[in-house]
Amino acid sequence: MKFPNINLDNLKNEGTGSVSKQERRTFLKLGFAIAGVYAGGKILSLTSIVGKAQASGGGAIVKKYPYNPHYSMVIRQSLCVDCEKCVDACKTTNHVPDYGYRTRILTKRYTGTLDRQVEFIPVLCNHCNEPACVRACPTVATFKDPVTGIVVMDSKRCIGCKTCMLACPYDARYFDATRHAIDKCDFCWEERLSKGEKETACSSACPTGARTFGNLTDPENIVYKLVHQIEEKVWVLRPADDTKPNVFYMKGNMRSVDEILKGQKFTTA
Amino acid sequence: MTGRMVDISKRWGFHGVEALKNASPGYKMIMAVLGLIAVIGFFIGVHGFFAGYHHVYNVTKQIPWGLLIATYIFCVVTSTGLCIVSSIGHVFGGEAFMPIAKRAVFMSIMFMIGGFSIILFDIENVHRMVIYNVISPNFSSNMWWMGTLYGAYLVFMLIEYYFLLEQNHGLSRLMGFFGLVIGIAAHSNLGGIFGMLHGRPFWYGPYLPIYFIFSAAMSGGCAILFFTCLGWKINPEIMNQRMERAVKSVTQVTIFLISTIIFFTIWKITTGMVSEGKHLIIMSFLTGDYAINFWVFEIFLGMILPLYLLIRSRGNNFNLIMTATGLMMVGIFFMRYDIVIPGQMESVYHSLGVVEEASLLPYTPSFHEIMISILGLSFIMLVYLAGEKMLNGHQLEEHEIVPEGGYICPGCGAIHFMEEGETEEDAMKRHHRIW
Repeated sequence: MKFPNINLDNLKNEGTGSVSKQERRTFLKLGFAIAGVYAGGKILSLTSIVGKAQASGGGAIVKKYPYNPHYSMVIRQSLCVDCEKCVDACKTTNHVPDYGYRTRILTKRYTGTLDRQVEFIPVLCNHCNEPACVRACPTVATFKDPVTGIVVMDSKRCIGCKTCMLACPYDARYFDATRHAIDKCDFCWEERLSKGEKETACSSACPTGARTFGNLTDPENIVYKLVHQIEEKVWVLRPADDTKPNVFYMKGNMRSVDEILKGQKFTTA
Repeated sequence: MTGRMVDISKRWGFHGVEALKNASPGYKMIMAVLGLIAVIGFFIGVHGFFAGYHHVYNVTKQIPWGLLIATYIFCVVTSTGLCIVSSIGHVFGGEAFMPIAKRAVFMSIMFMIGGFSIILFDIENVHRMVIYNVISPNFSSNMWWMGTLYGAYLVFMLIEYYFLLEQNHGLSRLMGFFGLVIGIAAHSNLGGIFGMLHGRPFWYGPYLPIYFIFSAAMSGGCAILFFTCLGWKINPEIMNQRMERAVKSVTQVTIFLISTIIFFTIWKITTGMVSEGKHLIIMSFLTGDYAINFWVFEIFLGMILPLYLLIRSRGNNFNLIMTATGLMMVGIFFMRYDIVIPGQMESVYHSLGVVEEASLLPYTPSFHEIMISILGLSFIMLVYLAGEKMLNGHQLEEHEIVPEGGYICPGCGAIHFMEEGETEEDAMKRHHRIW
């Protein structure tokens, strides 16, 4: 193989002046997205549109989310007080039996910390963009809704092999004996969203605003606003499993709650 | 068909119900007890079905696969293994292995049916499986492939067995080849079901599909030795020079395969020790709740003791071989259990460091689960005992049953039939060509 003979020492420095503004901006965006410094870039890279998702203004991103409305939940961990109102609301709304759960709250304890010793982490189905459960199901009884991206169950096709329960890296599934099928969170699609409601039972029951639900494609939506911030660190659970979840976690703080809730608007067109 | 018209029962070495009637009272008693256990197990399973499996099984939301899946895997691993080991002879032409073929294929089919009978009580909606596996298949699902491939495997094994009985070596060889290919596809895919679950580091990766194939071959060697030596206890006539040579060969192969599995196990444990996701489970094998399962059953009964005894037996001490492989079957059962249950013991949220999932999850099989597993195993034992009598110990060589116009093939030990005006050599060539 031959290499072109370039003598680097003799090359003239062109100077930064010769790089156009547009070029420089593109270059920086690329760097931010790769490094994950810019929150939007980081999040979007988790939602399966890696590469295309660069920080280039609202309009461009909206078109590139895989679903519309792209339902998503943001959990501000620090705000959760483990009142379990969300769990109760979920059980009542979705007729969840005692032996199962669609959502639950985990407790993490710390020793040696000055501000707080305990943290609560609500968990639920992450409605992944690349769901392991959907791949595992032998009869397509569970699938991504082509419009909303919600991972839904078609109970009558479920054979009850329970592979999806083990495939799910978020422990979000259980076998419901009354439905004779696996049951899971559907972002309250059946009981609320399809009937015109804008929020899930758990997020509307949450007294502190720890759970916020909305449409990630709508720049006016609270979920969009929470996720697309530089100052806040946003993450997902078990990123190594590469399922590209749609439930995002951040610390959150009380000061911001009122402000954000006031400005909250939903458009589920 | 002129010149080959013989009584079909004779051609198949079929002694029928008559042979069962002539069996000793003890033999009948054992069969009756096994039959009774199988029937009781079946009704307990049916009770579980109507009562609701979640009431009677100890499986939980986080450990949804319990003893039934472990026993199912034990059965299908053994079935595939019997197919693999017997194929050395009657598919690939390893002459020494030929006499075991009929018994191995018969038991392979029965282990498969036994396994299916167990998993039927684990699948919650069997009727939907029958419908939606066909009209709504998910080709990227290992579970779908498992059902499909094992179904096809069973069909090929049944056809193969038919041609073995018919003494049609060309077609039985061809079907045996397809059965082997599909069996290996099905079985490595079963490993793939586990190996492709992202969230379960204990299973995840290419290890299990590979391990399953070698482990199956070991189980198959073990099972064929056990059932042949037990068959010899039942009817000493089955052991002739050809069969003795076959047992010796299978013993040698089994010793090799046990060594392979020891190698696999050493590396499973060693690499697991330094993996964050596996460490807790590996430690529960070495020093925790699963230490007895692991050290006593899996390692000692499943590998070390049979390895020693099989070497000591020199392949011709049938009592010793029977003891070794009998104990080994128990050990292998625990090996399967130790794959299925521990893989689920560590919650997916353990790595998050939360209080709820700090320790390993417990599981103990329930009465219903144990009884349904016993149903499957006693069914297999029952048909084995019936088969030894009714099919005349799967023999090919007994002179009384060689019908007119037939002769014992010196190459394969089977009964061949000469066409009119044909020499023995021509007949042998005709029987042993593939196309």
